[in-house]
Amino acid sequence: MADNTSEATVDKTVAPENPERREFLKNLPVLGIAWGAFAASVGVVLAGSLRFLFPNVLYEPPQQFKIGFPDDFQVGTVSTEFKDKFGVWVVRNDQGFYVLISVCTHLGCTPNWLSSENKFKCPCHGSGFYMTGINFEGPAPRPLERAAISLAEDGQILVDKSQKFLYERGGWDDPTSFLFFA
Amino acid sequence: MDTIQSWINVLFRPQLLIATSILALLGFCRYRKFCTQNKFMSAAILGFPLAFFAVSALEENFWIQFKRPDNVPISFMLWFVVFFIWLAMKKGVENDDRIAEGRPVYEAEPEEEEKVFVWPDLVYTELLCVLLISIMLVAWSILIPAPLEEPANPQLTPNPSKAPWYFLGLQEILVYFDPWLAGVLIPTFIVIGLMAIPYIDPNPKGNGYYTFAERRYEIFIFLFGFVILWVLLIFQGTFLRGPNWNFYGPYEYWDVHKVVPLTNVNLSEFIWARLLGVGMPSFWLVREIFGLLLLGLYFFALPVLFAKTLWKKFYLQMGLIPYVLGSDLMLWMLLVPIKMYLRWTLNLKYFVAIPEFFFNI
Ligand code: FES
Repeated sequence: MADNTSEATVDKTVAPENPERREFLKNLPVLGIAWGAFAASVGVVLAGSLRFLFPNVLYEPPQQFKIGFPDDFQVGTVSTEFKDKFGVWVVRNDQGFYVLISVCTHLGCTPNWLSSENKFKCPCHGSGFYMTGINFEGPAPRPLERAAISLAEDGQILVDKSQKFLYERGGWDDPTSFLFFA
Repeated sequence: MDTIQSWINVLFRPQLLIATSILALLGFCRYRKFCTQNKFMSAAILGFPLAFFAVSALEENFWIQFKRPDNVPISFMLWFVVFFIWLAMKKGVENDDRIAEGRPVYEAEPEEEEKVFVWPDLVYTELLCVLLISIMLVAWSILIPAPLEEPANPQLTPNPSKAPWYFLGLQEILVYFDPWLAGVLIPTFIVIGLMAIPYIDPNPKGNGYYTFAERRYEIFIFLFGFVILWVLLIFQGTFLRGPNWNFYGPYEYWDVHKVVPLTNVNLSEFIWARLLGVGMPSFWLVREIFGLLLLGLYFFALPVLFAKTLWKKFYLQMGLIPYVLGSDLMLWMLLVPIKMYLRWTLNLKYFVAIPEFFFNI
């Protein structure tokens, strides 16, 4: 320990400029290029990964779509034909129509409509919903969400999924969440 | 035969399965000497799972689930879990006897102390293992190829929809809890809790040698968490959960149309609507006050109560902060089976259900 310190002091007296420092300064441009190249390559890789967050093709089903004329639907049924394409169920009861969004309110799986048991049932953790969308079994904490529904000018039913109605927020009382049709 | 099968189906209902497994684990720890030193008992413990799977494989419905490429390794894993717990307990019991006689533990015997070289001894062994395992994996992947399914479709969820096997325990917990709890909070607690063990329990006993008697509570708590709340739930998720996430017995046909009435009720509804016979209050704080009180008691009053009574010994040993940490983690762990049983018996949905704030326990 003592040796080291004395050596250091000797060094300083003999050569006032630290040779290591000079070496460092001489190498500075090289070091700069090396680190610059390193940072650039890391940056490119990072940018490349970020690029993945913006895919070229985006699978996004249309948010607004027509589903046909009111008379196409039978009273008291749930039509599942729009589930694959638009991710909704259309329910026709004796007063009219409403549209349920086919996303489980538990963790987002797609439930199935079981017509013989008269309920929507989720295959992931077993949540069950009545035809109205109200949750009654399993872990789902909220009822299914409803989408806006109206009649288009041509007489077809127009669904707007960008407008969602949540039961627990009182959204189902909103006139656009239900289409009266005798 | 049919009646035996239906009886076994009943025995595998989760309520019974988990209860009997806990009892079996307790019995195994209590009669550990008999279970590991007696030849017949050991053979029974190690042989029973094999015999059960072998005989069950003859049954059609069991075979369908058993032979799925995804499920084959799970069956192996189950047996290995049994085997290694048995083995560790056997060594622990032997060491406990040595300690009781005042002799050094097995691992401290001079001939066990001997060291070997990394090169060539260890590397050679590792090389052999690499070769053997590679051969086994290649053979396995040829004999039981893993299925390739159709491209994913966001609108279509397979029925039943199963997580990878190592997450099936979490998926099972998701059935009973809100996703925030079962998907985020509880896994975090598991990881943090495991990391915190050395701080909560700095007891050096059992370091570097097998023992049970010196660490009975610690080992039992660990086994409870690992065997019951992790491995058993994986088994349940693999073999007993079928279409619509319903429970099916091991010999039961997976009928998509099986109807299990499961109308769940929140605690608030139990109390306000059924017990008091008044309507549900509309303000959430009033509505959920009983559940909030209950959970408050559970998480804050119980540790204090236990520190004065049942767990007094631990409290004095551990000190305040490790005790609070340990007992709270313990209570979270126990909340899982408690909630499961309440769901299975009373159809309880949530203690506290405030969907307005996405807060459900
Ligand atoms: S995602 Fe539907 S029950 Fe969990």
